Amino acid sequence: MAVDVELEAVLRPIQYPMPPYPPKVITLANGKKMVVRQAAREDVPAILKTVHPCLFIERDYYDVVSARLYGELLAYYRYRVKSAYCLVGQVDGYLVGIVNGRMETEKVGISYHTLAIDRGLRIGSHLFAAKMEYHIEYLGQEDVLIVAESPIGFRRWMIEYPLEKTNLSHELGGVESYRLTRELYFAAKPRLVVGDRPVPKSLLDQAKKEILYADEKTIRESIAGLKGR
Amino acid sequence: MRDVAIIGVGMIPFGRRDEDSLLDMLAYASLKALDDAGMGDKTVNAVYVGNMGAGIIQHQTSIASSLVDRLSLLPAAADVVENGPASGGSAVKNGLLAVASGYYDYVLVAGGEKMREITGWRATDFVATMTHPEVEYPYGITLPGMAGMFTQLYMEKYGVTREHLLAVTLKNHEMGALNPYAHVEMLLDRGGIFDSPHAVVNNPVAATPLHLYDLCPVSDGAAAVILCPLEMATKLQKKPPVLIAGFGQATDTHTLQERDDPTDLKAVTLAAQQAFDMAKLKPKDIDVAELHDAFTILEIAESEHIGFFKKGEGGKAAAAGKTRLGGQIPINVSGGLKSRGHPVGATGVAQLVEITFQLRHELPKDRQVKGAKHGFTINFGGFGNNVVSFVLKRTEP
Repeated sequence: MAVDVELEAVLRPIQYPMPPYPPKVITLANGKKMVVRQAAREDVPAILKTVHPCLFIERDYYDVVSARLYGELLAYYRYRVKSAYCLVGQVDGYLVGIVNGRMETEKVGISYHTLAIDRGLRIGSHLFAAKMEYHIEYLGQEDVLIVAESPIGFRRWMIEYPLEKTNLSHELGGVESYRLTRELYFAAKPRLVVGDRPVPKSLLDQAKKEILYADEKTIRESIAGLKGR
Repeated sequence: MRDVAIIGVGMIPFGRRDEDSLLDMLAYASLKALDDAGMGDKTVNAVYVGNMGAGIIQHQTSIASSLVDRLSLLPAAADVVENGPASGGSAVKNGLLAVASGYYDYVLVAGGEKMREITGWRATDFVATMTHPEVEYPYGITLPGMAGMFTQLYMEKYGVTREHLLAVTLKNHEMGALNPYAHVEMLLDRGGIFDSPHAVVNNPVAATPLHLYDLCPVSDGAAAVILCPLEMATKLQKKPPVLIAGFGQATDTHTLQERDDPTDLKAVTLAAQQAFDMAKLKPKDIDVAELHDAFTILEIAESEHIGFFKKGEGGKAAAAGKTRLGGQIPINVSGGLKSRGHPVGATGVAQLVEITFQLRHELPKDRQVKGAKHGFTINFGGFGNNVVSFVLKRTEP
């Protein structure tokens, strides 16, 4: 697509400096190794192919979360959102989960969405924790603003951490935002944030080589079909 | 009293079944059982439905009447049996007595529960309605909470360790992964849920000392059996009948605190003993057992109270592989409640369905107990205050 360079300079937000998220590896309940790493902008098209089938799954608000995530990732890919990032979880190269967010200011982060493709392995919990780890420990932020769009998200974030309620609005709209402070994060870290670094080279190379994604039927079945039961 | 046989069984995959109502599930399982029995135009005289929570969760009562109508079995007699998580076992017991008495010839017993349409919190609260309304429930006790305290005591008294509990978890998930009816068809890994530091997230504490994977899932599901007198069963000849050779039921104090020794599951011992006596068999004669492992500790404790192992030996036996397929006494080859799932009203019936599969020798090799002749079940209600057991016997050589 042709880009008007002059207008692009106006439309493209200036980014805050963002140190990279160092990859880590997590052993899941089934023994599989999940590599958690920051997706590059050029990874987005492959990620969207996994998100797309989820747009049509009503169960557990996958449709809402996926539709919004799709738009957010596209905006990130096309430089229409400020200081955004995306972390992915991969098992054997396959994409099993996605989280994203952005820096609102240097001190305040915005959590966007968490989408688990493989369910029942706490992949969403691990990836959300990685997202919080990125905001607090690597971006050095003081607070992260978070809302949940599904009861599962509410249980996992608001209750498990637990987050503190604010009267601030979150840019996703909906209810008033909850907040993870540095203090809350470090209090929760021993029981919720895990992962080994560095990631063994073979695992990281496999993850970076290509983001593999399951076919639409498999994705839908893993979320809402027999295997998701 | 007439000898009573199971001549047909049916079950639907357990799990989260958003698309099905409770009645749908009961009907699916019942139709499968009727078909399995080769009933043809035989008349079902009575229907018993084991269910604990339709009145609370679905705001629906008289589901046995609804089921009879749905299945076009009018004017069969219809009763709901509510006995907490032992509702399924109790329903089968009532059906068995009706046939044994000579009053009815063909009885359908279905058990079912739909628990996933409410949140996990509400499901836990619903199950806790079986606790004492004055001295337990108002103080926030839950079944996982009771199981946690029971486990702690059992560990202190009998030396059960987390390694022992882990052996039950891994075994039951290994078998559940092979069972198409199982809710959680997922192999677990020792590293992922126990050894690795990452296990703190994968397998968090649920009720000290129990962790997430020590607890059964909350499930939707249904199962059904067809009962008839043994002498009439042989005439149907679609599949070999399985004799209900013995049954037992016993109760214990409502509250755990009133028991002389809270680790002593007297009702389990008594119910099992009654079933063994009636069947003229002993624990050593049993080839395969389905125990009520709503919590991993229960599989271990029940295996001791039944008499498969001495007190204090159940955990070690599990860790040594004695309860695995091919072991001394294969327990929960279905995956148990732990992996197959626990739709509370369905469980007692599902256990009998599984044992019937085993005694008809029709499971795949990786789940079939070779040459199984005698099977045993324990359906554990409350926290051991109402327990139903059965001994089943293969009728063919």
